[in-house]
Amino acid sequence: MKQFLIFVQKEFYHIFRDRKSLLIIILMPIVQIILFGFALTNEIKDSDIAILDESKDVATVEIIHRLDASRYFNVARYLHSQADIEAAFKTGKIRLVVVFQNKFRENLLHANHAQVQLLADATDPNTATTVTNYATSIIRDYQNDLTANAPLPYQIEPQVRMLYNPQLKGAYTFVPGVMAMILIIISAMMTSVSIVREKEINTMEVLLVSPLKPLLFILSKAIPYMFLSLVNVSTILVVSVTLLEVPINGSLLLLMGEALLFITTAVSLGLMISNVTNSQQTAQMISLLGLMLPTLLLGGFMFPIESMPKPLQFMSNIVPSKWFFIIVKDVMIKGLGFKMIWKETLILFGMTLFFLTISFSKFKIRLA
Amino acid sequence: MQAVTVDHIVKKYGSKKETVTALDDVSLEVAKGELFGVIGPDGAGKTSLFRILTTLLLADAGNAAVDGFDVVKQYKEIRNRIGYMPGKFSLYQDLSVEENLRFFATIFNTSIEENYDLIKEIYFQLEPFKTRRAGKLSGGMKQKLALCCALIHRPVVLFLDEPTTGVDAVSRKEFWEMLRNLKKQGISILVSTPYMDEAELCDRVALIQSGKIMSIDSPQSIIKQFTKKMWSVRSAEMFRLLNDLQQYSNTEKCYAFGEFHHLVLKNDAEGMDPVMHYLEHLSHHEIEMQVTQPNIEDCFIELMSQ
Repeated sequence: MKQFLIFVQKEFYHIFRDRKSLLIIILMPIVQIILFGFALTNEIKDSDIAILDESKDVATVEIIHRLDASRYFNVARYLHSQADIEAAFKTGKIRLVVVFQNKFRENLLHANHAQVQLLADATDPNTATTVTNYATSIIRDYQNDLTANAPLPYQIEPQVRMLYNPQLKGAYTFVPGVMAMILIIISAMMTSVSIVREKEINTMEVLLVSPLKPLLFILSKAIPYMFLSLVNVSTILVVSVTLLEVPINGSLLLLMGEALLFITTAVSLGLMISNVTNSQQTAQMISLLGLMLPTLLLGGFMFPIESMPKPLQFMSNIVPSKWFFIIVKDVMIKGLGFKMIWKETLILFGMTLFFLTISFSKFKIRLA
Repeated sequence: MQAVTVDHIVKKYGSKKETVTALDDVSLEVAKGELFGVIGPDGAGKTSLFRILTTLLLADAGNAAVDGFDVVKQYKEIRNRIGYMPGKFSLYQDLSVEENLRFFATIFNTSIEENYDLIKEIYFQLEPFKTRRAGKLSGGMKQKLALCCALIHRPVVLFLDEPTTGVDAVSRKEFWEMLRNLKKQGISILVSTPYMDEAELCDRVALIQSGKIMSIDSPQSIIKQFTKKMWSVRSAEMFRLLNDLQQYSNTEKCYAFGEFHHLVLKNDAEGMDPVMHYLEHLSHHEIEMQVTQPNIEDCFIELMSQ
């Protein structure tokens, strides 16, 4: 027990005396959350649009006003001829040009048919689609208001409700995503680097030639970083609740428990990495490339797994982050209880057990 | 029972295609309470031998035992009772002197207080700096601290792998005095070094070269085996002198040795006069030539060339 305590104490000395690394560990989650929250967002907000209004009547003015008033668009300029359209797109700032035909209102009221053209900059296809969808729905709203007093004989009105995330906030997916990423990087990388450092400075030789048991060595390496990762989980939660207004709908205790399980998974991955590497740089590279990339690409929070080709979908199952991402989304956003996530928890638990077994059995009691 | 027995140990590195034999059929014994030196140049196999004895490496053939325990089967027993200071041992740079020592003491299930008398003589020099980080100590101080850390649990056998490499001459001398004091406490010590002058401070030495042991004996006996006369020669032009002496017909061996050249003749009976004539004929001046006592380095050079 004394051996264990002094070893943990020693690890904390290493952590706290390396001020720069400590700062990075503490600040990284906050910076990431803020980056994803405010900068790297794929929501469309205040996109600049241009208007070519050849009609200039009550109807077009009303529609333009509605477009401008929505939080998606900002009418940046008015064009005067077809020739201006090309020039407007070339500035690169205009995402959408709305063209009203001549005698728009007249046609609408008397011929029951008026045309409006939406031209989108499709160099970024996703944005183009989203932007035209928003514009279409605003125009349709206007049409509905016009016909509200004289209902059509048959009308299907779809009622859409966005459950769990009515405002379609991106934060609802990336908070669980960033949590998975931060935990896997910090826990796995820190654990593997701290073990490999002992090899690099030759203290490992002395520790091996001592009565210290391998299990005790591994535990004393893992526990400080598990503690640090729990601190990170707390910062992420505090930042997301206060700054990003993402609520914790489920049980906080359950969420922390699942986080602890995932941290253990990450630490056991770190142990596995430390078994096969002898330099800190290699350990770092393996942790970054081997763990962060799969988390980003196959974890499900950047790219939806359902739309991947089958082999990749299959591969995503072996990425622990995927399961943790599902768990956090279910508990934090949907407010579900343990009953709904026991399967994912069990998978994660199995993986952890598997990794731990491998790293314990492969732990080298000698140098070669 | 011996402190250490090594029985026909072979250690090879590398793949099947290209193997390097680090230890080639090495056998030796170290008695209890002995200060035993393993002397040899870099790459001779010293570290491999130490790592096998400290249970860190497995030998390809042969047996070895430390304090009566087999290094393979009973490695746990050995790890409980030996002290080991690896080459390039750098402690924890970001921990203070005292924290390093306390850490290793606790890891070895003891405390600084319990065995303080053992390290007192070494540690009192470090005590003024006990709150200083190990990374900020001088080379000699680091080695002393490392020795304290290896000693703190009162090991039965102490393994020191090149403890004086990269340490200044004064610290080296102090270090060896410490080893002699530890020996008085009954601790068997195995120490390796590339420095020949340190060999004479050991009870017995093994001269090792390319994985083979060339001689095991006390330094005095090894020197006694050197039966030929050893001459030391100097003149005003040392470099030309070395060339000329190496080309001399009666020269068996001649090499630079400090401020003299050491010379061994094929036929000792002739004495120094013919050599002097030869050199004077080649217009060397300020020639000095006298018989000198061969030291362990001369013996090593002699053994290497056999």
